[in-house]
Amino acid sequence: MGAQLRALWGWFDSRMPSVAEQWKVHAAGYYAPKNFNFWYFFGSLAMLVLGIQIVSGIFLTMNYKPDANLAFGSVEYIMRDVPAGWLIRYIHSTGASAFFIVVYLHMFRGLLYGSYKQPRELVWIFGVLIYLTLMGEAFFGYLLPWGQMSYWGAQVIVNLFGTVPFIGPDLALWIRGDYVVSDATLNRFFALHVIAFPLVLLGLVVAHILALHDVGSNNPDGVEIKKVKGPDGHPLDGIPFHPYYTVKDIMGAVFFLAIFCFIMFFVPEVSGYFLEYNNFIPADPLKTPQHIAPVWYFTPYYSILRAVPPLFHSQFPGVLAMGIATLILFFLPWLDRSPVKSIRYRGTLYKSALALFVAVFLVLGYLGTEPTTVWGQFQDRWDILDTKDVATWVARFCSILYFLFFFLMPWYTARDKVKPVPERVTA
Amino acid sequence: MKKLILSILFVPILAIAAEGGYPLDPSPHDPRDLVSMQAGARSFVNYCLGCHGAQYMRYQGLTALGLDEAQIRDNLMFTADKIGEPMRGSMGVKEAKQWFGVAPPDLSVIARSRGADWLYTYLRTFYRDPKTTTGWNNAVFPNVGMPHALWMLQGERRLEVAAPKEGHGHVEYRWSEVSKGAQSATEYDATVRDLVNFLVYVSEPHAASRKAIGVITLFVLGVLFVLAWLLKKEYWKDVK
Repeated sequence: MGAQLRALWGWFDSRMPSVAEQWKVHAAGYYAPKNFNFWYFFGSLAMLVLGIQIVSGIFLTMNYKPDANLAFGSVEYIMRDVPAGWLIRYIHSTGASAFFIVVYLHMFRGLLYGSYKQPRELVWIFGVLIYLTLMGEAFFGYLLPWGQMSYWGAQVIVNLFGTVPFIGPDLALWIRGDYVVSDATLNRFFALHVIAFPLVLLGLVVAHILALHDVGSNNPDGVEIKKVKGPDGHPLDGIPFHPYYTVKDIMGAVFFLAIFCFIMFFVPEVSGYFLEYNNFIPADPLKTPQHIAPVWYFTPYYSILRAVPPLFHSQFPGVLAMGIATLILFFLPWLDRSPVKSIRYRGTLYKSALALFVAVFLVLGYLGTEPTTVWGQFQDRWDILDTKDVATWVARFCSILYFLFFFLMPWYTARDKVKPVPERVTA
Repeated sequence: MKKLILSILFVPILAIAAEGGYPLDPSPHDPRDLVSMQAGARSFVNYCLGCHGAQYMRYQGLTALGLDEAQIRDNLMFTADKIGEPMRGSMGVKEAKQWFGVAPPDLSVIARSRGADWLYTYLRTFYRDPKTTTGWNNAVFPNVGMPHALWMLQGERRLEVAAPKEGHGHVEYRWSEVSKGAQSATEYDATVRDLVNFLVYVSEPHAASRKAIGVITLFVLGVLFVLAWLLKKEYWKDVK
């Protein structure tokens, strides 16, 4: 049997040697630094979640109806009558949030160890593109269950495009395909969600990995392992990705799946954060919910949007701020002027800035899930203010800090007292 | 476009209507109590199904509550001929809109959108109010279109709301009895508990099996993790 299999492989390999070659380039012969820590699990986990979403999504598509009259019912049909339909649906809904958790942690890893810095700018740029595509993918997908939050969330977000000067209203109309979010919108969002954006996502993931494997992985020390090579031509601090990191990532994947399954089987709604309560009410164009909140992964940006006061009765400044808040990530490799990559060798300035940024991001994220009245109001005598909601002022303060993290980065990273970086990776 | 204008016009009214600061009582329902759910199913078909439907739930699904098909057919099936049919309400949407101003919502997933505590409190806080068209009002859902469907059981009550004293203190709710119902206060609470228990079941019939499968899955993943960890350790022995 073994000899026959080997013969079969030989037959295949002599006709298509590029398969073995690619395996060598990207796995068995790809040398990764040996000092990856906890933060390095999230890249492979993001790929795992992408796979989970694609497979569960295919099964959902078999039973879902992209029709304004049938969509809500077809989701309930999946939850009740389709064999294991509830499981598939929960896999997909949990997977959506898990995707963002994993991607946010993966991006944070980049900030910790300066993985976006030269020569990995392209890896970072493809990564940001993946993040933006993922946001679109999530947004389109969220309309599909056709609940109240699906409907009004889409209404609000499409209206954001309507605030763009001059072309806004036409742009919003073009996106919706109707004057309000309707059956036409649902149908096109379905097309974008199940085919257009996943295709783009897959292409970008390939580009992300190819770009990474061309320059080689960064590591927690921010040391270029290619600089010190052994007599065999391989980096002394590198180990072949396969089998070392494949077995390590399998371990990480199983651990991740355990958490994933715990959420999915025991608390799939996560107190309304993964599945919003209002989304169990069918979409009703005549009834605006009192409090419209996007799903948690959009809330930091939603907070920024709400924090910016309107100008000439237009919300466009807020939309612009939200846009800049995401697009500024592209420029990170050039905003960071530090001579070192890793947080281990950076000074107090960057460390404090990063800690503050994380805190600000979390506060903005929390505030975005709540009405602006959540922290009460200032006393009556503060009449000069445009709003007395404490939460709005906190969000404004945090938004400014969010932008300062990026805008002041050239200044504080150049001025930071850095420690000497070792020649080789540390244990 | 007309819809959009209508929705803008109605926003403030609905926003006020949906408010209500009445404190919610924690629901004492127990998803493992089949007898309670059966009692809830009986109350549901007798008192709710006249106006509301649970159109995503099939009668056949009630077998999971420990009833056989004959029992379901004889005791619970008033709005359908075949056991596989959904639990539809018997009232038309048009008539409902005429009579109550709104079509009664479908109750299939009401426990997921409102929550058990809300339902448990809502069904116990109707009061007589001559200012509304139905003569009923609700402390949790002010100016609700629905009259008190269970008033024969609970009896009629009145509610006085005392505004908080300047600066501090909560709103005070004072309940008083107008007429007695067929059940005592404790019995009525139990009836509502059973009904809520049933509504929670209907909102996600697979919830029980979900948890059972979850336990097995986590156990398998736990074993798998130990194996994966040992495998990793074995391979990484030679990494210095």
